[in-house]
Amino acid sequence: MFENLTEKLDSIFKNLRGKGVLTEDNVKAALKDIRMALLEADVNFKVVKDFVEDVRERAVGQEVLKSITPAQQIVKIVHDRLVHLMGDESSHLRLSGRFPSPIMLAGLQGCGKTTTAAKLALFLLAQERRVCLVSADIYRPAAMDQLKILSEKIHAGYYDAGGLPDPVQICVQAVEYAKSNGYDTLIIDTAGRLHVDAALMDELRRIKEVIRPDEILFVADAMTGQDAVNVAETFNSLLGIDGVILTKMDGDARGGAALSLKKVIGKPIKFVGTGEKTEALELFHPERMASRILGMGDILTLVEKAKTAIDEKSARELEKKIRKNEFTLQDLKDQILQIRKMGPLQDVLGMIPGFSKIKALKNAAPDEGEIAKTVAIIDSMTIKERYNYQIIDGRRRKRIARGSGTTVQDVNRLLKNYTEMRKMMKKLSKGGMKSLLRGNFSFK
Amino acid sequence: MADNKSGGFFQRLKQGLAKTRKSFVQNIEQLFTGKAISPETFDDLEEILIGADLGPAFTQELIEEMKGRAKRHELAVADTLKQLLKDSMNKILQACEVPLIIPKDQVFTIMVVGVNGTGKTTTIGKLASYYKSQGRSVLIAAADTFRAAAIEQLEIWSRRVDVPIIKQKMGADPSAVVFDAIRSAKARETNVVIIDTAGRLHTKTNLMEELKKVRRIMGRELPGAPHETLLVLDATTGQNALVQAKIFNREIGVTGLALTKLDGTSKGGIIVRIAKEFQIPIRYIGVGEHLDDLKPFISREFVDALFE
Repeated sequence: MFENLTEKLDSIFKNLRGKGVLTEDNVKAALKDIRMALLEADVNFKVVKDFVEDVRERAVGQEVLKSITPAQQIVKIVHDRLVHLMGDESSHLRLSGRFPSPIMLAGLQGCGKTTTAAKLALFLLAQERRVCLVSADIYRPAAMDQLKILSEKIHAGYYDAGGLPDPVQICVQAVEYAKSNGYDTLIIDTAGRLHVDAALMDELRRIKEVIRPDEILFVADAMTGQDAVNVAETFNSLLGIDGVILTKMDGDARGGAALSLKKVIGKPIKFVGTGEKTEALELFHPERMASRILGMGDILTLVEKAKTAIDEKSARELEKKIRKNEFTLQDLKDQILQIRKMGPLQDVLGMIPGFSKIKALKNAAPDEGEIAKTVAIIDSMTIKERYNYQIIDGRRRKRIARGSGTTVQDVNRLLKNYTEMRKMMKKLSKGGMKSLLRGNFSFK
Repeated sequence: MADNKSGGFFQRLKQGLAKTRKSFVQNIEQLFTGKAISPETFDDLEEILIGADLGPAFTQELIEEMKGRAKRHELAVADTLKQLLKDSMNKILQACEVPLIIPKDQVFTIMVVGVNGTGKTTTIGKLASYYKSQGRSVLIAAADTFRAAAIEQLEIWSRRVDVPIIKQKMGADPSAVVFDAIRSAKARETNVVIIDTAGRLHTKTNLMEELKKVRRIMGRELPGAPHETLLVLDATTGQNALVQAKIFNREIGVTGLALTKLDGTSKGGIIVRIAKEFQIPIRYIGVGEHLDDLKPFISREFVDALFE
């Protein structure tokens, strides 16, 4: 996320760091670059204008000029203001005790409403809510089928509107259905529409009037350009929205809209969609997002993901093994599988601080095929081999390659990497975590 | 589908861009009409161009160019500025005004690609209808086997337009679908084969690899295929559209662009920048929800509709 912008601000601040003491002039230069970077990232023109002015006022002045590390102060100012701009704290859903509590999604065509409806349902299911979904999209071919299939996949309820021709009627029926089937939450997916389409906007308003949703969430594509703000403003004034879900945050440009929306329409971003999988919905954290923008990495999200994916007991065992230099090929495979649980590796690596700075590594993210290969090779080893790699001779290598559908070269490479990894671990356990944190950690 | 053919396409493009013109041109009118050029003129101009998603760097370029001309007294009043802008954009876009010409005596394959939600499937429905209206035989292939109900969505289009569809089950290998489609097209001597692929963010390496594989299989089954790799871009997208064009082009070679959703208030200005940087032909634009709201891209009409 925000990698492009991060790279740009990085290079700006690298220059600032080199200068040591700040003058008004180089603040100006940096701000000009920040402005360009923000605009290039699709932050709304007016928002950028205010933002830059705000940072300038804070940056140019005694406080900064007197300080020992002015560059860091600028980074902090920009960071703080970004956090502030995006809404200081994460904002949660406010669902009432009503049965069912209705949530309505609205937005342009193709912004990802239907996928998001399913993701949100899964998110609420995990909080032990009983969730039912309904599609009020009578226009897009197979839109209802899509939501139905997704509902089945995540084991959520689904109200099948059959051939009902009126979206408002569909929603009314869905509420009844949810009520009589014991669902406490109803997520209403609506058809994508242009904000300038009066008839369709009116349809949304009628749904709102009849259903009175607890939350009306505006779904916005994170890649949207300058117009994002106009669209959201129109939806907000005609419909009244309670929050925003930003989708497609797993690409590479995303973001400008995130900065603008809260500021311009005064509504918080509540969730972000971060991947193709139904689990890929996260609470929006302005603090983390700002850190990401400034290349500080998103270590908090990473830690959280690791916590849910890796159970603590096996983590402790692993630590012990590493200390004793007993890290086996079996452990390697278990580790790979655990990391895989955290999501696509590219996404995981993107959260590591500084990773976006290492240009050479940008395309070197281990690809999923390579990982599957590694697992296959280890799977083709005998238990004995997995626990004692030294017995794997030429003949065994040939057999393993045949068994895993790879080549002897592949097996050799894996074993080489594995032994190097062991060496590194030995060093690590001697130097302790401190050496890791001091940045002696190499990615390759 | 019923449609007001009376106004013709130009009329509808103008209608489709009405909102665009309102925000874009009204500003420009206010800015230009009868006024002398001042530094504020350029500040306002910057806001308008950036607001149209032309991007800050490109906007800067345009403004520098015009400042230069103003200095050389080529621009007396601000009105000339408008003409100049129009000419600049037209010059860039004209180079990309290359219509897709499909020979009648062969199987011609069009692979439609793009990120999620740009309107690929809808564009395919419109394309199928368009080619069919030209009296060509058309076949569509549902190679988006990933998204739930994508196949059903395309099936509905195939019934609406009345063209055959080649499909498999959800989760099937897209390459297998494409393989079937080409075999079938060869057997039936179909003229145009349009292939729907799953939306994918250009940053997903594995999914881009999958596309490469689809391409490979096509080329193996039918030399020269895909004859057209059409990247569908959403006009509401900001600067990322440039990256999309760049990476799709680098990874699988894009031979044509379609710009959709021009009927909103987004300006679609990024296409000018894409045209300038990559010179990829812009084949079609989508200006509405009707079946025939997809038309060949014509630079002059596009720029005129923006400015008139």
